Amino acid sequence: MATQVFKVPDTFRKDFKYTFCPGCDHGVAIRLVAEVLEELGLQENAIIAAAIGCSVTIYDFLNIDALEAPHGRAIAEATGIKRARPDKFVFTYQGDGDFASIGLAESIHAALRGEKISAICINNTTYGMTGGQLGPTTMLGQVTTTSPTGRNVEYYGYPIKIAEHIALCDGTAFSARVSLDSVANIKKAKQAIKKAFEVQLKGLGFGFVEILSGCPTNWRMTPEQSHEHVRNEMSAIFKPGIYKDITAEIK
Amino acid sequence: MAVETITNKKVLMKGNYAIANAAVMSGCQCYFGYPITPQSEIGEFMSGKMQELGRGYVSAESELAAINMVMGACSTGVKAMTSSSSCAVSLMQEALSYACSDELPVVLVSVMRGGPGLGNIYPSQGDYIQSTRGGGNGDYRTLVLAPSTVQECFDLTQKAFYLAHKYKNPTILLADGLLGQMMEPLEFKEYPYPEVDNSSWCLTGAKGRDGRIIRSYAPLADNQCKFLDRLFAKYKLIEENETEWEEQNTKDADILLVSFGSTARNVRTAAKICREKGLKVGTLRPITLFPFPNKRLQELAQSVKKIISVEVNMGQMVDDIRLAVNGKVPVELINKGVGTPPSPEEIVSRIEELI
Repeated sequence: MATQVFKVPDTFRKDFKYTFCPGCDHGVAIRLVAEVLEELGLQENAIIAAAIGCSVTIYDFLNIDALEAPHGRAIAEATGIKRARPDKFVFTYQGDGDFASIGLAESIHAALRGEKISAICINNTTYGMTGGQLGPTTMLGQVTTTSPTGRNVEYYGYPIKIAEHIALCDGTAFSARVSLDSVANIKKAKQAIKKAFEVQLKGLGFGFVEILSGCPTNWRMTPEQSHEHVRNEMSAIFKPGIYKDITAEIK
Repeated sequence: MAVETITNKKVLMKGNYAIANAAVMSGCQCYFGYPITPQSEIGEFMSGKMQELGRGYVSAESELAAINMVMGACSTGVKAMTSSSSCAVSLMQEALSYACSDELPVVLVSVMRGGPGLGNIYPSQGDYIQSTRGGGNGDYRTLVLAPSTVQECFDLTQKAFYLAHKYKNPTILLADGLLGQMMEPLEFKEYPYPEVDNSSWCLTGAKGRDGRIIRSYAPLADNQCKFLDRLFAKYKLIEENETEWEEQNTKDADILLVSFGSTARNVRTAAKICREKGLKVGTLRPITLFPFPNKRLQELAQSVKKIISVEVNMGQMVDDIRLAVNGKVPVELINKGVGTPPSPEEIVSRIEELI
């Protein structure tokens, strides 16, 4: 008798087409979001504020209500949605440039207000959709199209450690950094996303997950190399872990 | 903290409080704002009132955040607004472009002050072009309503919510520091418009249907052409249905004075003085700046000998009047750069210089 071992989550649109580059981690990240939405029964009550960059196409995958925000403003739009409809489950899905560069003010202030929304931030250390420029999380020494000899401190300063900064905000209920470089880490990532969603459902405050992701196209790597890069290089600078979890403190 | 509340039906009230009260009475569910003179009373009033009523309120971290919060709230179908002034409204132009493309019923109260740049906090009409043309990218129009009394600040705020929802388009109430700060008798009125049914498009969660996407990302050029044609068909409909103006003594007028907002008050007095002097002067006051009363100006251009635009800026609306009459009659400008409107006597003497 046949046993079902794989199922596309019901939270996916029936007609979705895979549009990301080979080896890109957006596909896995969106799949995890879809699974958590399904497991928590949120599909019919969720509204996403989509961001600008590769992350924007999440609304072509998830069969939920979506509002596309201008660059950097997804958190502000999510705030408006949540304040208008406090009974809805509201979240964002953004890149590091959107969340931590152009949208940093919105991100920090939503965390400080304890805005009851959840935010997922894909950190791939570059602006992917525009062709791999230096972003707020580009690592020292990293070559990009706008740091042709590598990121140096003199011209570019230092990358931001997002999950740590968000954890410092008093309104943050949960802040974690996860990685998608291995099956074990993908499972941990799913648990973190679930936690970031649950703190909103419990009304505890701002829930945040930073996801370390490969961008093989702009890194000029194979998918395999890019996961090794996430595991060996990125994870050494951006250390995965739970930086704040007030539900653990409550326990 | 200065919070005025609704106690009597007829009160003496500042324009800013009139706007805020009208918003509350229109059923505005969410207010998001960032302080700036000369409109701060609106945000101060709303901070207390919205909390008292259990509605949405955020002291936003910036004007960028404020107007995007309004867009978020509007996407769920509720009435929501922000208020700001001149240099800070500049920061909202990107969002207005998005909101036009997303067809969201954003209400923005813009209480003009002096510019360019930081300028000053004196009254001004220097944001006529900012409001009617916008500084955002792409082809779009916002509805613009221009009150000239405190009562109109109230009435047109209510109308702004209605029109924004009726046409799913950002609507700007364009007041100025003079209207915002001065007190006049005001009669409170219940929201006189029907509630617009937003259920066919707003975001409520994908229950019993597929997920809705409100987006402006348009990867295919052909589709975007179709969208823009539809958007501009809507603007044409707005021009046909919603153009509003007020005119006086135009039937036999040789000279037509055109002015909007607070300036129109002194212009009306100036026209009266001119009549007493035997000059056949009429007035026209656009109440909607977009849509602009082009047709009526074209008609009047058949009978008047000269049109004079009176503005507190370096001449902005005068361009629209010239476009409307298309060379049929000379169009002159009486203006001052910033501050309270020119006095009736000053307007009269400058009319006499021009004729």
